[in-house]
Amino acid sequence: MNDLNDTTRTHAVDLTRIRPRGAQRRLEDEDIVMEVENLSLWYGEKRALHGITMKLPRHRVTAFIGPSGCGKSSLLRCLNRMNDLVDGARIEGRILLDGHDIYARDVDVPRLRQTVGMVFQKPNPFPKTIYENVAYGLRLKGIRKRRELDERVEWALRAAALWEEVRDRLQEPAGSLSGGQQQRLVIARAIAIEPQVLLLDEPASALDPISTLKIEELIYNLKADYSIVIVTHNMQQAARVSDYTAFMYMGDLVEYGDTDTIFTRPSQRRTEDYITGRYG
Amino acid sequence: MDKLNLDSHISQQFNEELEEIRNHVMAMGGLVEQQTADAVRAVVEGDSALGRRVAEDDHKVNELELVIDEECNRILARRQPAASDLRLIFAIIKTITDLERIGDEAEKIGWLATRLAEAERPAGGYGQLENLGNRVRGQLRTALDAFVRMDPTAAVEVAREDSKVDREYEAILRQGITFMMEDPRTIRRILDVIWCARALERIGDHSKNICEYVVYLVSGKDVRHASTDEIERELRSS
Repeated sequence: MNDLNDTTRTHAVDLTRIRPRGAQRRLEDEDIVMEVENLSLWYGEKRALHGITMKLPRHRVTAFIGPSGCGKSSLLRCLNRMNDLVDGARIEGRILLDGHDIYARDVDVPRLRQTVGMVFQKPNPFPKTIYENVAYGLRLKGIRKRRELDERVEWALRAAALWEEVRDRLQEPAGSLSGGQQQRLVIARAIAIEPQVLLLDEPASALDPISTLKIEELIYNLKADYSIVIVTHNMQQAARVSDYTAFMYMGDLVEYGDTDTIFTRPSQRRTEDYITGRYG
Repeated sequence: MDKLNLDSHISQQFNEELEEIRNHVMAMGGLVEQQTADAVRAVVEGDSALGRRVAEDDHKVNELELVIDEECNRILARRQPAASDLRLIFAIIKTITDLERIGDEAEKIGWLATRLAEAERPAGGYGQLENLGNRVRGQLRTALDAFVRMDPTAAVEVAREDSKVDREYEAILRQGITFMMEDPRTIRRILDVIWCARALERIGDHSKNICEYVVYLVSGKDVRHASTDEIERELRSS
């Protein structure tokens, strides 16, 4: 009660560090890592993407959302030429990585996939030890010295927020880890070879809620060093982790912008309907 | 950090967002506290320039309300907060509305101070208003402390204080009526004093509201429109 009679004390006012209103991210201000130019994709006769044009910002998380079959995974797979492996897949348009067309004839595709790494929906560790899963890609890159391998493996596992959980069991099979740990191991494997861009295709959809949150936190921390593109069925996940969100529908890019805007006042009716659960 | 464990989410970013938004509410609270104190001082000291500055600074309070609103919006859209997180955002949205109104009351007092500074000063000065101002500022400070410390018990303190505020306000009103009857030339000035007292009394009410949001935030119990005794019972049973 003595507080009530103290006439001198007031709470401190520091207005200097408050972000002004409407100060959301803007694509125009971003450093762009990949550019998709008028990209169309066919699987045989079926057209999966219709002239997509978009810029992917460096050191940011960009999410692709949309109903099943909207083309979001197809678009993601175009970004490191995974669709090359699909019979009858054919593209038109260009995709530039730091200004270079990744579909140009002289592109070394395995090297492209080192630069633009990918993690899939189901954790797919190699049937080897935890250590070997991460070291494998490093050996392919020509790293042979035991000490250097050890260092890089530890670094990647730390970056993937897994080190503390596996440091004493590196020689155990990767299959002994939980699903969430396996997915973080796969992410460690992907970042061990230091890609520039990390593509994540539904990385948490097979995981329980807590493992999902851990993966999301990992994604948030990884963007300091990598540019991340994530495909997710889970709109709330896109809202939580991404800086930019692209809404796709039936092979079209309907709306693309900073996540705050997409989730508070989207400009397209179809986006609004999808993110509010009115169809999809 | 506190009993709601607001800083223990797996998402560090969410922890930071909640911490930041609470800091912003406190900055807004500190600002309206300052505005209230300056407004009362402007009246008491007959400082017209100070009164004007308070009135003109109200836009800062308004701007903070908009900024925090936007932050709450963003958190609701992006985090889908639940349970204590949801109550926190809900309590903040309500709290800043009351803080903004307190800012408006301070602005009112600021303008009245500029007018009162022009008028003849009463022999005894404005001691009664000053006392009422101090009491109300105490309520506001307690409410803000309660918000920082997530202390629901302050609601009872501030509610009890409110009846004293009401009595002082009544006294100022009664005395004003007497003066006006004695000398109609003072009506204009006395009305301004009464408006000041009224504004201060409202600030006390808003502070009480803020304490009630803190009770909701901490215990999940809604004690709005409850009597002081009822609030006390609710708190004891939790």
